[in-house]
Amino acid sequence: MDFANVPGKIDMKRKWNWPIWVGFVVVVGGLFSYAFFAQFPITRDFPWANLLLFGIGAALLMLGLFRAFGRPQVYRGKIFGSIFAAIAVFLIAFFSYEIFYFLRQVPASSGAPRVGQKAPDFILLDQSGKPVGLGDLLSGSNAVVLIFYRGFW
Amino acid sequence: MRSFQQTLADFNSRGIRVVGISVDPPEINRWQSQRLGYTFPLLSDPGAKIIRRYDVLHPRAGPKGADIARPAEFLLDSNGMVRWVNLTENIAVRARPHQMLDAFSQLGSGAQ
Repeated sequence: MDFANVPGKIDMKRKWNWPIWVGFVVVVGGLFSYAFFAQFPITRDFPWANLLLFGIGAALLMLGLFRAFGRPQVYRGKIFGSIFAAIAVFLIAFFSYEIFYFLRQVPASSGAPRVGQKAPDFILLDQSGKPVGLGDLLSGSNAVVLIFYRGFW
Repeated sequence: MRSFQQTLADFNSRGIRVVGISVDPPEINRWQSQRLGYTFPLLSDPGAKIIRRYDVLHPRAGPKGADIARPAEFLLDSNGMVRWVNLTENIAVRARPHQMLDAFSQLGSGAQ
């Protein structure tokens, strides 16, 4: 008689449900790898690399849960699989909020100089503490690129 | 910023000056430019006076609610006239150097 099929008995030797663990690790990796992928415009303009990892991780988690709930006598993971899946959903939701909502909360800058307008003059200190004016930058050059950035703090 | 450093020779050979502007003080800019190998000027606007004048302020978006600059790129011709602007709607999406070089090559009379 198959011990695993006896109702009410918990077989501690049920199989390791690896897709739950691997899927969860892949989802966590998908979140934290943004620090790496954000260095390159091709993976930062749209975070497809992170979304791909989330997709792979979520598919593995689904497979693991499907096995845990479909054949609980063979596979572990009904409880911890559900917990991991809930955490994964939260992490993906957090990432999506940051990337698809928060990063787009940029002021309209409707008063910014437009094409055809004169750029406002300035004198600012460079990294060696030397004052640099817009006039200095313009003199002797064909064009000037001003890159306003958020800063490193 | 790093992509501009990587293509800085293309800007230099066309006579285009590249500068970055942020609220960071000169000491931070010196440290960062040394650390990251930036050879173009990083200009410091700690009070965001010029950032405000260009209307590229992002209020309370910095640490401890500090006002910082939003990402924005301007191409000026040799007369200081704005010839190309990029005001991104997504902090993660910045202008790429080749966009700027394309805009410059279309200036024509701007390159005197």
